[in-house]
Amino acid sequence: MTRTWQPADAAAAGRQRAGLRPPLDPLQSAARARRFGSLYYLEHWLRAMRGYGWTVALTAVGTPLVYLFGLGVGLAALVDANTSAAASLGSGRPVPYLVFVAPALLATAAIMVATDENTYPVMSGFKWRRTYYGPNASPLSSHQLVNGHCLGVLCRLLLTTGLYFLFLLPAGAVLEASGWMMILTSALGGLAFGLPVMAYAARIEEDKGQFALVQRFIVMPLFLFSGTYFPLEAMPLVVRWIGWISPLWHSTELGRVLSYGQAEPAWLTAVHLGYLALLAVAGWLAARRIYARRLGK
Amino acid sequence: MISARNLTKKFGDVAAVDGISFEVRAGESFGLLGPNGAGKSTTMRMIGGVSRRSSGELAIMGLDPDRYGPEVRAHLGVVPQQDNLDEELRVRDNLIVYGRYFGLPHSYLRPKADELLEFAQLTDKAKSKIDALSGGMKRRLTIARSLINEPRMLLLDEPTTGLDPQARHILWDRLFRLKESGVTLILTTHYMDEAEQLCDRLIVVDKGRIMAEGSPAALIREHSTREVLELRFGSERNASVAAELAGIGERQETLPDRVLIYADDGEAALEQVSARGLRPLTTLVRRSSLEDVFLRLTGRSLID
Amino acid sequence: MSQRTITGPGRAAAAPVPSRRPLASLYAGNVRAVVGRGLRATWSSNWAIMASGFVEPVLYLVAMGIGLGSLIGTVQGPGGEQIGYASYIAPALLAVSAMNGAVYDSTWNVFFKLNFARLYEGMLNTSLGPLDVALGEILLALLRGALYATGFTAVMGVMGLITTPWALLMIPAAVLIAFGFASFGMGITSYMKTFQQMDWITFLMLPMFLFSATFYPLSVYPEPIQRLIQALPLWHGVELLRQLNAGVFNAATAIHVLYYVVMILLGLLLTTGRLRKLFLS
Ligand SMILES: Nc1ncnc2c1ncn2[C@@H]1O[C@H](COP(=O)(O)OP(=O)(O)O)[C@@H](O)[C@H]1O
Ligand SMILES: [Mg+2]
Repeated sequence: MTRTWQPADAAAAGRQRAGLRPPLDPLQSAARARRFGSLYYLEHWLRAMRGYGWTVALTAVGTPLVYLFGLGVGLAALVDANTSAAASLGSGRPVPYLVFVAPALLATAAIMVATDENTYPVMSGFKWRRTYYGPNASPLSSHQLVNGHCLGVLCRLLLTTGLYFLFLLPAGAVLEASGWMMILTSALGGLAFGLPVMAYAARIEEDKGQFALVQRFIVMPLFLFSGTYFPLEAMPLVVRWIGWISPLWHSTELGRVLSYGQAEPAWLTAVHLGYLALLAVAGWLAARRIYARRLGK
Repeated sequence: MISARNLTKKFGDVAAVDGISFEVRAGESFGLLGPNGAGKSTTMRMIGGVSRRSSGELAIMGLDPDRYGPEVRAHLGVVPQQDNLDEELRVRDNLIVYGRYFGLPHSYLRPKADELLEFAQLTDKAKSKIDALSGGMKRRLTIARSLINEPRMLLLDEPTTGLDPQARHILWDRLFRLKESGVTLILTTHYMDEAEQLCDRLIVVDKGRIMAEGSPAALIREHSTREVLELRFGSERNASVAAELAGIGERQETLPDRVLIYADDGEAALEQVSARGLRPLTTLVRRSSLEDVFLRLTGRSLID
Repeated sequence: MSQRTITGPGRAAAAPVPSRRPLASLYAGNVRAVVGRGLRATWSSNWAIMASGFVEPVLYLVAMGIGLGSLIGTVQGPGGEQIGYASYIAPALLAVSAMNGAVYDSTWNVFFKLNFARLYEGMLNTSLGPLDVALGEILLALLRGALYATGFTAVMGVMGLITTPWALLMIPAAVLIAFGFASFGMGITSYMKTFQQMDWITFLMLPMFLFSATFYPLSVYPEPIQRLIQALPLWHGVELLRQLNAGVFNAATAIHVLYYVVMILLGLLLTTGRLRKLFLS
């Protein structure tokens, strides 16, 4: 590569303009951007999140409280009153309903947050607010925008699941020491759903209410038919497949293994993990391609 | 600083930029003048290293933007046609965060942001939300943002389109200062007055091709007469009267709303018109402009 | 009242003196124009979204009724008898969907039109008054609510969850519930300035949805919390529909209905007051 920018130029330009000179020349800038660009974009992402910090905090704290009180206390009282039902939970080892439902709540919260962050914010990056086009004209590359965004979502996911877990502990909803790993697996579950949604959102050229449809025809059924509030086996076979392909079910089942040692063959646990990782990586790769194509038009 | 040879960009089968070649030298102020859809923005995006060319050669500071995207973009400041400020951040944070994309440290960016806000006359808006800015302020902020890395080359895509006359003049003043300080300006416009004010040299583009190249004065000298006589006979009659004007001046153009007579002496031409007993509703003698050059080259006006 | 000096030509001829009706400055008696525009807009916009509003409560009913029902078995109904879990939650889900639909239509939808689409500004430059606009929007929401309620009741019938003809009264009752929420929602929305504030509305509705005896009887909570929940509108809606579905009527039925009548009146008062302040000051 030819080096075109000489210190002598800087001196010449500096004489003419009184302003501050940047401590890096353009090639140094570019080298840094190549190395740390994803982090620079993450920095932007976190700064922007501060703008709606209250919403983030409220969802992160309020959601667990409301669901634990509503389902963990209220619904649990009704279910646990029916002893035969309690015995049928947690295949092999009867557990209280609260313990059964807690990993599902955690996994659900992660997926909800991931959906929030990957629908309108992504689309408006290309359309209304066009937030991607500014950084795209800087030394950052479109791949780094994708990476930075993914990292940002991961940060918010970990904040959500971490806080949620802290609320589960005093409620007595976690039985095993390995339970804390749910913080990570549910965040992974969030990415497994969120990143494919991100790729989809990046493709939308015109808002025709697609996200309302995603919410109602994908998120909602997944949420209801993924063995969250009741074991998947309670559903007739014809709809059980929804659970099998649902990242929510895999994430929930992983959580149940970690949180109260639900009996499950090791290969199935591996399938849960592998499936979630596969979805996340596929979504990430698709998003990289779509971003590059759309921003590089 | 920039050299383009046979630069081409196709969207599907349509060539938005159709084999254009030009050079831009350091410190020069270079313009692309052309109507909407001429391919100006597409050219700018290729120079800015955000749009891959379909064919041809392009080098910015000797670098191929398709291969050295980050390096090319690190050299540039870019003001896109459509403002894309970060509405989630406040005015000053917009500058700082943008500077971070260049890997610049906060210790440099904080004072630099204040300096640029001063330059853009936005100091008292530092803490405002983007929503609260007027169109002209947003434009100035976008320009301030493009200067955060002290680029030696600035790309401005229609910097003043959509602004009121006062806001345009403020902006032109800021651009003059940059030009004086040795920054290379590359700008597109479909306003001939803007091109005449700001550009040392320009290319006239239409339908993705270069129609002419040169300084504003040279282009006018080459493709038009010194003066123009504008006659209005009312929209009904303009066309029918044209025949009766034959022979006056060097050349004539009949537009729907007026007839243009190109002559080195406009007043003399007007006397000839009167001598033929024609009574236009209004008359105007003016100097030739780039608008006339464009009309001559393409048979159409710049702004439709 | 001086704002009304310019009236349409037809009006001016019929009533040269400005009307002295108390709401004349707010209300032109032309709700139909607003509803007409709304229907046209809905017609041309996405049908799938309209349909999905109907699908959501049905999915809830199927999943919770079968899935949770298998864990819970039977629950005590409003008449004291044991009923299946699906029969227990179905009227509650209908009440919730009436609430959700009305709140969405009167908050998000109105907020967007108020602050972004500037639709109302355009409407108010004609002879329409703000109250025409408000009533029109609410009426639209109710039309849609009635449509969904009818569909949901039909699904209940197909699932064998309806045992008495009284259950058909759930449809008008659902509209009543929707009216209560819509009239209030619009007034509250007029205070909102940002999307974030709108999120808070959504967030306040979540606990109401979970706690209002929708999925389990109120008796699981201690006395003071029960009282608190009983003060909230959704609980009255849930109980009202449950009673209608079982064909059981008592003094409580009247109280539930009365609660909504009062809520509608207060809501309209609030909304009208706000509109007057926003548009005519
Ligand atoms: N992303 C795109 N996809 C398809 N066609 C495009 C795209 N961008 C620009 N064009 C087309 O290329 C031509 C040149 O556009 P543009 O460069 O924006 O012109 P200008 O900036 O001179 O107004 C236009 O006909 C436009 O429709
Ligand atoms: Mg353009």
